[in-house]
Amino acid sequence: MRKFLASAKLLAGAAAAGALLSSASAYADQPQPWETSFQTPATEMMRQIEWFGNYTFAFIVVITLLVLVLLAYCILRFRASANPVPSRTSHNTLIEVIWTVGPVVVLLLIAIPSFQLLTAQYTPPEEAKLTVKATGNQWNWDYEYQVDKTFSFNSAVLQDADRAKAGKEDRNLYPRLLAVDNELVVPVNTMTRVLITATDVIHSFAVPSFGIKMDAVPGRTNETWFKAEKEGLYYGQCSQLCGKDHAFMPIAVRVVSDAQFKTWLETAKTDVPAANKALMAEIDGTNKVAAAGN
Amino acid sequence: MAEAQAHDHHDHRPHGWVRWVYSTNHKDIGTLYLIFAIIAGIIGGALSVAIRMELQEPGIQIFSGLAQMVYGMQGDAAIDGGKSMYNAFGAAHGLIMIFFMVMPALIGGFANWMVPIMIGAPDMAFPRMNNISFWLLPPAFLLLLGSMFVPSAPGAFGVGGGWTIYPPLSTSGQPGPAMDLAILSIHIAGASSILGAINFITTIFNMRAPGMTMHKMPLFAWAVLITAFLLLLSLPVLAGGITMLLTDRNFGTSFFVADNGGDPLLFQHLFWFFGHPEVYILILPGFGIISHIVSTFSKKPVFGYLGMAYAMVAIGAVGFIVWAHHMYTTGLSLDTQRYFVFATMVIAVPTGVKIFSWIATMWGGSISFKPPMLWALGFIFLFTIGGVTGVQLANAGLDRSLHDTYFVIAHFHYVLSLGAVFAIFAGWYYWFPKMTGYMYSPVIANTHFWVTFVGVNLIFFPQHFLGLAGMPRRTVDYPDAFAGWNMVSSYGSYIAAVGVAIFLYGVFEAFQKKRVAGANPWGEGATTLEWQLPSPPPFHQWEQLPKIK
Repeated sequence: MRKFLASAKLLAGAAAAGALLSSASAYADQPQPWETSFQTPATEMMRQIEWFGNYTFAFIVVITLLVLVLLAYCILRFRASANPVPSRTSHNTLIEVIWTVGPVVVLLLIAIPSFQLLTAQYTPPEEAKLTVKATGNQWNWDYEYQVDKTFSFNSAVLQDADRAKAGKEDRNLYPRLLAVDNELVVPVNTMTRVLITATDVIHSFAVPSFGIKMDAVPGRTNETWFKAEKEGLYYGQCSQLCGKDHAFMPIAVRVVSDAQFKTWLETAKTDVPAANKALMAEIDGTNKVAAAGN
Repeated sequence: MAEAQAHDHHDHRPHGWVRWVYSTNHKDIGTLYLIFAIIAGIIGGALSVAIRMELQEPGIQIFSGLAQMVYGMQGDAAIDGGKSMYNAFGAAHGLIMIFFMVMPALIGGFANWMVPIMIGAPDMAFPRMNNISFWLLPPAFLLLLGSMFVPSAPGAFGVGGGWTIYPPLSTSGQPGPAMDLAILSIHIAGASSILGAINFITTIFNMRAPGMTMHKMPLFAWAVLITAFLLLLSLPVLAGGITMLLTDRNFGTSFFVADNGGDPLLFQHLFWFFGHPEVYILILPGFGIISHIVSTFSKKPVFGYLGMAYAMVAIGAVGFIVWAHHMYTTGLSLDTQRYFVFATMVIAVPTGVKIFSWIATMWGGSISFKPPMLWALGFIFLFTIGGVTGVQLANAGLDRSLHDTYFVIAHFHYVLSLGAVFAIFAGWYYWFPKMTGYMYSPVIANTHFWVTFVGVNLIFFPQHFLGLAGMPRRTVDYPDAFAGWNMVSSYGSYIAAVGVAIFLYGVFEAFQKKRVAGANPWGEGATTLEWQLPSPPPFHQWEQLPKIK
């Protein structure tokens, strides 16, 4: 029913929609110019990290201001012209106890939520429904879907020359150095386990808006998980120096609806490029609808 | 008295190049170390300015041109060579600043000069060993510089693995001889530091003047003693680690080769078991210097002397059991991470004691804002900023998002570039009149301070923002969204470079004008023994040992 209504709106507003870019309202989570804080969280875990970051930030701002105020007071009040005769005080047990115990209390206040956060990161709330293995190579990623019929594909930085062919000319949606040729496709609101390893040197699989970062170490398989809450594109970069093209091996995750993922998965098992093409066409179509509906 | 004795011995004093090359005199060796540190600092600083020039805008700006110029590469090879060259600059910047600038300045330079004088000793315990520990450094430095001109990976020159040289990037990732030269360089620099550490420990334990008990010893000597122990205990572990790298690379061993049953993470444990104490090695002597300066210019004794000394002992001891907080994202188990979070946070307590004790030393004092004091105040505030972001980073849960981003770069430059380096300049302006006999121009020194203060804050404060937004470290190019703060950061680095030029001019000006400083230019607040000697001190001091009440 809803879809029908949307289609009707699309027809009605065809002229208006034509003026809009194909992916005007598609969502991409990525760093913003002059940003001064974390990227918009896309998982519950990243929201917890952000909360804890703000919580500790409050403490450190107060501590820094305290030091600044004390320094300023000393500078003004005890400058030689204002206080020509120095005191000879060099001990005060009480104050020394206070500035030892005070920081201990602050650290306890930080430690309690810190340990909760850390524990939560290693305690997935449910069993993973999808397992993907990410293998770092110099300088691209292999993603292996561990489903009934395991398949894998390579994901490398999108070259400017390939933008037109890939249909990724929108630089807001597919930013330079973040966009890839084949994204990691996962369903929305689904517990996803990522197994991480590397073939040559150490890399690191990081998606800031998911709150995950895990090194890809040759000979080891590390594990992390995420549960993305919103459809869209999410970007990260290799986060361990891995040689010449370390700056050029981004991680792009495309979070799609369950239905879109199922369709994609079926085709991708045999033909990844075709599956991606169909998926992008489907998403563009939906977005046009959404844009027209606005 | 001391002057008269120096005169008597005039004939025994070596002259010309022999005085410097064969030197067994702690003051001459200290001077050599300081000159060496200034040269290395200029080279290491120039590398960082090149890095900031590259990062001023998105895209690859200067490094392909540099690769063309230096290595004669053309076309695509120049672009690839440029990317590798950027990595080589990053690694060389880190290694040079740590091993050839901060450590020689604080330990080889100021500690060599001042520790024997401060504890009332005529010289170091092993003067010839002192000579060899200095003269090991220039070849080590040349090896590292030389490594930048020999092949590493195909089509690349210089060590491109960062100063942390993690395998397999430093083994199979870079088969060329550049890494071998760098490993040898670190070995030699490490040997130099171990010899220096043995010398300081022996000197401080055995050669204190009569009456100077450990608990009456100046805090700088305490700081150097603790630093020497950290060096002695941590450097052999690094030496072992990089020897294993060397044999993995050249002799077919597999310590770090996963395919043959080795583990790349073993190197990270060995490296950081050295690397974390190393950061305290860089900052503890600075703590000592700041304590003296704050006390001198507040005309008050150091507040809570014993607390200050044992806070450094605590920082040094705990510094050995926190290394894996550099490895939260390597796949450590939950319990391991819990332990390292806890242990790391403990360090904040003694560090807090030091910050508050410096403020308490100023409290009630009669403070004069001479250049050394200005640098010391800058140190206290900026070190606090670097310290509190360290408390954030200690939390593994939060570090998940910040590890290997520019937030970490900002953090450790606030404690090192703005901490240790400010302490070095504070010490320089504090002891320059003592070491040379000349007084510098306070106007130039103050200008140097303010230009540097503005410059380094412009460089590093915006890097907190870049890190939060997710910009990874050690990338030659970055997504366009990061352009704004990178530009600000780069302009900051040019301002800081102007600061270095002002510093050098100030040194030149002081030697040119030859304003006589006198034995104690700082007045009643300067109570340690070096201020009882003339400036510069006689070639041999304390031929009659001072008596400490």
